[in-house]
Amino acid sequence: MNRFILPLLGFILMVGLLGYGLRLDPKLVPSVLIDKKAPAFSLAMLEQPSRQLATGDMIGQVWILNVWASWCVSCRAEHEVITALANRNLVTVVGLNYKDEPADAERWLQQFGNPYATSVIDRDGRVGIDWGVYGVPETFVIGADGMIKYKHIGPVTHESLEQKIMPVLEELLG
Amino acid sequence: MKIVFLVFCLFGWMAPVQASIEAYQFESAEMEADYNQLVNELRCLVCQNQNLAGSDADLARDLRRETYDMLNEGKSQQQVIDFMVERYGDFVLYRPQFKSTTYLLWLGPFLLLLCVLVLLVRRLLTAAKPEVDAEAVARAKQILDSKESNQ
Repeated sequence: MNRFILPLLGFILMVGLLGYGLRLDPKLVPSVLIDKKAPAFSLAMLEQPSRQLATGDMIGQVWILNVWASWCVSCRAEHEVITALANRNLVTVVGLNYKDEPADAERWLQQFGNPYATSVIDRDGRVGIDWGVYGVPETFVIGADGMIKYKHIGPVTHESLEQKIMPVLEELLG
Repeated sequence: MKIVFLVFCLFGWMAPVQASIEAYQFESAEMEADYNQLVNELRCLVCQNQNLAGSDADLARDLRRETYDMLNEGKSQQQVIDFMVERYGDFVLYRPQFKSTTYLLWLGPFLLLLCVLVLLVRRLLTAAKPEVDAEAVARAKQILDSKESNQ
Protein backbone atom coordinates (compact mmCIF):
# COMPACT_ATOMS: atom_id res chain seq x y z
CA MET A 1 0.00 0.00 0.00
CA ASN A 2 2.80 2.31 1.01
CA ARG A 3 4.48 2.19 -2.38
CA PHE A 4 1.38 3.68 -4.02
CA ILE A 5 1.15 6.72 -1.79
CA LEU A 6 4.16 8.59 -3.17
CA PRO A 7 3.23 8.22 -6.87
CA LEU A 8 -0.38 9.08 -6.00
CA LEU A 9 0.72 12.25 -4.21
CA GLY A 10 2.92 13.13 -7.17
CA PHE A 11 0.00 12.57 -9.51
CA ILE A 12 -2.36 14.74 -7.46
CA LEU A 13 0.27 17.49 -7.31
CA MET A 14 0.72 17.29 -11.07
CA VAL A 15 -3.04 17.47 -11.72
CA GLY A 16 -3.28 20.43 -9.35
CA LEU A 17 -0.49 22.30 -11.10
CA LEU A 18 -1.79 21.55 -14.59
CA GLY A 19 -5.32 22.47 -13.51
CA TYR A 20 -4.04 25.79 -12.23
CA GLY A 21 -2.10 26.31 -15.45
CA LEU A 22 -5.25 25.76 -17.50
CA ARG A 23 -6.96 28.62 -15.73
CA LEU A 24 -4.21 31.12 -16.52
CA ASP A 25 -4.46 33.20 -19.66
CA PRO A 26 -1.26 32.62 -21.62
CA LYS A 27 -1.93 35.74 -23.66
CA LEU A 28 -1.73 37.98 -20.64
CA VAL A 29 1.66 39.64 -20.37
CA PRO A 30 2.01 41.18 -16.92
CA SER A 31 2.85 44.84 -17.31
CA VAL A 32 6.16 45.97 -15.96
CA LEU A 33 4.98 49.56 -16.02
CA ILE A 34 2.69 49.40 -13.00
CA ASP A 35 3.85 51.95 -10.39
CA LYS A 36 6.38 53.33 -12.85
CA LYS A 37 6.37 56.77 -14.36
CA ALA A 38 4.17 56.98 -17.44
CA PRO A 39 6.45 57.10 -20.50
CA ALA A 40 6.53 60.65 -21.78
CA PHE A 41 5.04 61.60 -25.12
CA SER A 42 4.08 64.74 -26.94
CA LEU A 43 1.73 63.97 -29.78
CA ALA A 44 -0.55 65.84 -32.15
CA MET A 45 -4.24 65.80 -31.36
CA LEU A 46 -6.52 64.06 -33.80
CA GLU A 47 -9.10 66.85 -33.77
CA GLN A 48 -6.53 69.64 -34.08
CA PRO A 49 -3.27 68.29 -35.51
CA SER A 50 -1.59 71.65 -34.95
CA ARG A 51 -1.95 71.25 -31.17
CA GLN A 52 -0.01 68.78 -29.09
CA LEU A 53 -0.79 66.97 -25.90
CA ALA A 54 2.12 65.97 -23.68
CA THR A 55 2.14 63.64 -20.69
CA GLY A 56 3.50 66.61 -18.69
CA ASP A 57 0.23 68.49 -19.28
CA MET A 58 -1.66 65.80 -17.39
CA ILE A 59 0.40 65.98 -14.18
CA GLY A 60 -1.82 66.84 -11.24
CA GLN A 61 -4.86 64.93 -12.41
CA VAL A 62 -5.91 61.32 -12.55
CA TRP A 63 -6.45 60.30 -16.15
CA ILE A 64 -7.04 57.34 -18.39
CA LEU A 65 -5.25 56.50 -21.59
CA ASN A 66 -7.23 54.23 -23.83
CA VAL A 67 -5.36 52.78 -26.80
CA TRP A 68 -7.67 52.38 -29.75
CA ALA A 69 -7.76 52.19 -33.53
CA SER A 70 -10.44 52.21 -36.17
CA TRP A 71 -9.18 48.87 -37.50
CA CYS A 72 -9.54 47.25 -34.08
CA VAL A 73 -12.70 45.20 -33.76
CA SER A 74 -12.56 44.79 -29.97
CA CYS A 75 -12.32 48.58 -29.64
CA ARG A 76 -15.80 48.73 -31.08
CA ALA A 77 -16.94 46.25 -28.44
CA GLU A 78 -15.53 48.28 -25.55
CA HIS A 79 -16.59 51.62 -27.01
CA GLU A 80 -19.83 51.79 -25.05
CA VAL A 81 -18.02 50.96 -21.82
CA ILE A 82 -15.44 53.68 -22.39
CA THR A 83 -18.29 56.05 -23.21
CA ALA A 84 -20.05 55.11 -19.97
CA LEU A 85 -16.84 55.74 -18.05
CA ALA A 86 -16.28 59.11 -19.72
CA ASN A 87 -19.88 60.12 -19.01
CA ARG A 88 -19.32 59.75 -15.29
CA ASN A 89 -16.99 62.75 -15.53
CA LEU A 90 -14.68 61.36 -12.90
CA VAL A 91 -11.47 61.50 -14.87
CA THR A 92 -10.15 62.74 -18.20
CA VAL A 93 -10.18 59.98 -20.78
CA VAL A 94 -7.52 60.44 -23.43
CA GLY A 95 -7.42 58.23 -26.52
CA LEU A 96 -4.22 57.04 -28.08
CA ASN A 97 -5.05 56.47 -31.71
CA TYR A 98 -2.62 53.68 -32.45
CA LYS A 99 -1.23 53.04 -35.94
CA ASP A 100 -4.28 54.36 -37.68
CA GLU A 101 -5.17 56.58 -40.60
CA PRO A 102 -6.37 59.88 -39.09
CA ALA A 103 -9.21 60.05 -41.65
CA ASP A 104 -10.40 56.56 -40.69
CA ALA A 105 -10.09 57.42 -37.02
CA GLU A 106 -12.22 60.56 -37.39
CA ARG A 107 -14.85 58.66 -39.34
CA TRP A 108 -14.91 56.01 -36.61
CA LEU A 109 -15.47 58.64 -33.91
CA GLN A 110 -18.23 60.27 -35.94
CA GLN A 111 -19.95 56.96 -36.46
CA PHE A 112 -19.80 55.65 -32.90
CA GLY A 113 -19.45 58.85 -30.88
CA ASN A 114 -16.39 60.37 -29.28
CA PRO A 115 -15.94 59.58 -25.59
CA TYR A 116 -12.44 61.05 -25.45
CA ALA A 117 -11.47 64.47 -24.13
CA THR A 118 -8.98 64.25 -26.94
CA SER A 119 -7.24 61.57 -28.95
CA VAL A 120 -3.57 61.83 -29.82
CA ILE A 121 -2.06 60.33 -32.93
CA ASP A 122 0.55 57.61 -32.66
CA ARG A 123 0.88 56.95 -36.34
CA ASP A 124 3.98 54.74 -36.35
CA GLY A 125 3.31 53.07 -32.99
CA ARG A 126 6.50 54.28 -31.29
CA VAL A 127 4.67 55.66 -28.28
CA GLY A 128 2.79 52.37 -28.15
CA ILE A 129 6.12 50.56 -27.86
CA ASP A 130 7.19 52.90 -25.05
CA TRP A 131 3.98 52.08 -23.21
CA GLY A 132 4.44 48.35 -23.78
CA VAL A 133 1.33 48.10 -25.92
CA TYR A 134 1.10 44.75 -27.66
CA GLY A 135 -2.56 44.37 -28.33
CA VAL A 136 -5.28 46.90 -28.89
CA PRO A 137 -7.34 47.92 -26.99
CA GLU A 138 -5.39 48.59 -23.83
CA THR A 139 -6.36 50.93 -21.03
CA PHE A 140 -4.05 52.63 -18.55
CA VAL A 141 -4.96 54.44 -15.34
CA ILE A 142 -2.46 57.18 -14.50
CA GLY A 143 -2.31 58.90 -11.14
CA ALA A 144 -1.94 62.61 -10.45
CA ASP A 145 1.74 61.96 -9.76
CA GLY A 146 2.21 60.74 -13.32
CA MET A 147 2.59 57.09 -12.32
CA ILE A 148 0.81 54.24 -14.09
CA LYS A 149 -1.48 52.62 -11.54
CA TYR A 150 -3.30 50.03 -13.55
CA LYS A 151 -3.28 48.50 -16.99
CA HIS A 152 -6.12 46.65 -18.60
CA ILE A 153 -5.33 44.51 -21.62
CA GLY A 154 -8.07 43.78 -24.10
CA PRO A 155 -11.56 45.25 -24.27
CA VAL A 156 -12.93 46.72 -21.04
CA THR A 157 -16.26 45.15 -20.16
CA HIS A 158 -18.86 46.54 -17.77
CA GLU A 159 -17.70 43.95 -15.22
CA SER A 160 -14.01 44.77 -15.50
CA LEU A 161 -14.85 48.47 -15.33
CA GLU A 162 -16.73 48.03 -12.06
CA GLN A 163 -14.50 45.39 -10.52
CA LYS A 164 -11.03 46.43 -11.64
CA ILE A 165 -10.88 50.00 -12.90
CA MET A 166 -13.39 51.75 -10.62
CA PRO A 167 -11.73 50.60 -7.37
CA VAL A 168 -8.39 51.96 -8.62
CA LEU A 169 -10.03 55.25 -9.61
CA GLU A 170 -11.88 55.54 -6.31
CA GLU A 171 -8.66 55.05 -4.39
CA LEU A 172 -6.84 57.62 -6.49
CA LEU A 173 -9.62 60.18 -6.31
CA GLY A 174 -9.98 59.61 -2.58
CA MET B 1 9.74 5.92 -46.34
CA LYS B 2 9.05 6.71 -42.70
CA ILE B 3 12.75 7.38 -42.12
CA VAL B 4 12.87 9.78 -45.05
CA PHE B 5 9.89 11.62 -43.60
CA LEU B 6 11.48 11.82 -40.17
CA VAL B 7 14.75 13.11 -41.58
CA PHE B 8 12.77 15.66 -43.54
CA CYS B 9 11.04 16.79 -40.34
CA LEU B 10 14.38 17.08 -38.61
CA PHE B 11 15.70 19.42 -41.27
CA GLY B 12 12.58 21.49 -41.12
CA TRP B 13 13.16 21.95 -37.43
CA MET B 14 16.83 22.79 -37.81
CA ALA B 15 16.49 25.61 -40.30
CA PRO B 16 14.96 28.62 -38.53
CA VAL B 17 12.25 30.02 -40.69
CA GLN B 18 12.94 33.63 -41.55
CA ALA B 19 9.91 35.74 -42.31
CA SER B 20 11.57 39.10 -41.84
CA ILE B 21 11.23 40.74 -45.17
CA GLU B 22 12.79 44.09 -44.53
CA ALA B 23 16.14 44.46 -46.25
CA TYR B 24 18.22 46.34 -43.72
CA GLN B 25 21.64 47.65 -44.63
CA PHE B 26 24.23 47.00 -41.97
CA GLU B 27 27.44 48.95 -41.50
CA SER B 28 29.35 45.91 -40.40
CA ALA B 29 29.06 42.15 -40.30
CA GLU B 30 29.11 42.26 -36.49
CA MET B 31 26.12 44.55 -36.42
CA GLU B 32 24.25 42.22 -38.73
CA ALA B 33 25.16 39.26 -36.52
CA ASP B 34 24.00 41.19 -33.43
CA TYR B 35 20.75 42.05 -35.16
CA ASN B 36 20.11 38.48 -36.23
CA GLN B 37 20.85 37.15 -32.79
CA LEU B 38 18.51 39.69 -31.18
CA VAL B 39 15.54 39.13 -33.47
CA ASN B 40 15.97 35.39 -33.02
CA GLU B 41 16.05 35.62 -29.24
CA LEU B 42 13.35 38.22 -28.66
CA ARG B 43 9.82 37.00 -28.50
CA CYS B 44 6.95 38.39 -30.50
CA LEU B 45 4.19 39.58 -28.17
CA VAL B 46 1.33 39.17 -30.57
CA CYS B 47 1.93 35.68 -31.92
CA GLN B 48 3.40 34.42 -28.73
CA ASN B 49 5.22 31.35 -29.82
CA GLN B 50 7.32 33.03 -32.44
CA ASN B 51 10.41 35.14 -32.22
CA LEU B 52 10.68 38.56 -33.81
CA ALA B 53 12.52 37.14 -36.79
CA GLY B 54 9.83 34.61 -37.55
CA SER B 55 6.81 36.80 -37.07
CA ASP B 56 4.96 38.80 -39.65
CA ALA B 57 2.90 40.66 -37.05
CA ASP B 58 2.83 44.42 -37.25
CA LEU B 59 4.30 44.84 -33.80
CA ALA B 60 7.11 42.39 -34.58
CA ARG B 61 7.99 44.46 -37.62
CA ASP B 62 8.04 47.61 -35.49
CA LEU B 63 10.23 45.96 -32.89
CA ARG B 64 12.63 44.76 -35.59
CA ARG B 65 12.82 48.34 -36.83
CA GLU B 66 13.44 49.53 -33.27
CA THR B 67 16.18 46.91 -32.86
CA TYR B 68 17.80 47.96 -36.11
CA ASP B 69 17.60 51.67 -35.26
CA MET B 70 19.13 51.15 -31.84
CA LEU B 71 22.03 49.10 -33.19
CA ASN B 72 22.53 51.71 -35.89
CA GLU B 73 22.81 54.37 -33.21
CA GLY B 74 25.67 52.38 -31.73
CA LYS B 75 23.71 50.82 -28.86
CA SER B 76 24.88 47.47 -27.57
CA GLN B 77 22.95 44.21 -27.65
CA GLN B 78 22.40 44.48 -23.91
CA GLN B 79 20.94 47.96 -24.31
CA VAL B 80 18.43 46.67 -26.86
CA ILE B 81 17.46 43.83 -24.52
CA ASP B 82 17.10 46.25 -21.59
CA PHE B 83 14.92 48.50 -23.76
CA MET B 84 12.58 45.60 -24.56
CA VAL B 85 12.46 44.28 -21.00
CA GLU B 86 11.74 47.76 -19.65
CA ARG B 87 8.62 47.88 -21.80
CA TYR B 88 7.42 44.32 -22.12
CA GLY B 89 9.00 42.57 -19.15
CA ASP B 90 10.90 39.31 -19.05
CA PHE B 91 8.22 37.90 -21.28
CA VAL B 92 10.07 39.08 -24.40
CA LEU B 93 13.11 37.02 -23.59
CA TYR B 94 13.33 33.54 -25.00
CA ARG B 95 16.41 33.16 -22.83
CA PRO B 96 15.31 34.41 -19.41
CA GLN B 97 17.84 36.20 -17.23
CA PHE B 98 19.38 34.38 -14.29
CA LYS B 99 17.91 36.10 -11.23
CA SER B 100 16.05 35.32 -8.03
CA THR B 101 12.67 34.78 -9.72
CA THR B 102 14.15 32.49 -12.37
CA TYR B 103 16.50 30.36 -10.23
CA LEU B 104 13.94 27.56 -10.15
CA LEU B 105 13.50 27.78 -13.90
CA TRP B 106 17.21 27.49 -14.58
CA LEU B 107 18.16 25.10 -11.78
CA GLY B 108 14.93 23.07 -11.59
CA PRO B 109 15.90 20.52 -14.25
CA PHE B 110 19.27 19.90 -12.59
CA LEU B 111 17.56 19.57 -9.23
CA LEU B 112 15.18 17.04 -10.71
CA LEU B 113 18.10 15.16 -12.24
CA LEU B 114 19.85 15.13 -8.88
CA CYS B 115 16.74 13.73 -7.18
CA VAL B 116 16.44 11.00 -9.78
CA LEU B 117 20.15 10.15 -9.45
CA VAL B 118 19.85 9.90 -5.67
CA LEU B 119 16.82 7.64 -5.98
CA LEU B 120 18.57 5.54 -8.62
CA VAL B 121 21.73 5.08 -6.56
CA ARG B 122 19.70 4.17 -3.50
CA ARG B 123 17.72 1.63 -5.47
CA LEU B 124 20.85 0.13 -7.08
CA LEU B 125 22.54 -0.19 -3.70
CA THR B 126 19.62 -2.07 -2.19
CA ALA B 127 19.38 -4.27 -5.28
CA ALA B 128 23.06 -5.17 -4.99
CA LYS B 129 22.50 -6.62 -1.55
CA PRO B 130 19.44 -8.81 -1.95
CA GLU B 131 17.90 -9.96 1.28
CA VAL B 132 18.32 -13.70 1.50
CA ASP B 133 16.69 -16.05 3.85
CA ALA B 134 19.53 -17.64 5.83
CA GLU B 135 17.53 -20.81 6.33
CA ALA B 136 17.04 -21.23 2.57
CA VAL B 137 20.76 -20.83 1.96
CA ALA B 138 21.53 -23.47 4.50
CA ARG B 139 19.04 -25.84 2.88
CA ALA B 140 20.42 -25.20 -0.58
CA LYS B 141 23.88 -25.86 0.69
CA GLN B 142 22.75 -29.06 2.29
CA ILE B 143 21.15 -30.28 -0.96
CA LEU B 144 24.21 -29.41 -2.99
CA ASP B 145 26.49 -31.12 -0.52
CA SER B 146 24.40 -34.26 -0.49
CA LYS B 147 24.38 -34.36 -4.33
CA GLU B 148 28.14 -34.00 -4.40
CA SER B 149 28.58 -36.85 -1.96
CA ASN B 150 26.25 -39.03 -4.10
CA GLN B 151 28.51 -38.83 -7.09
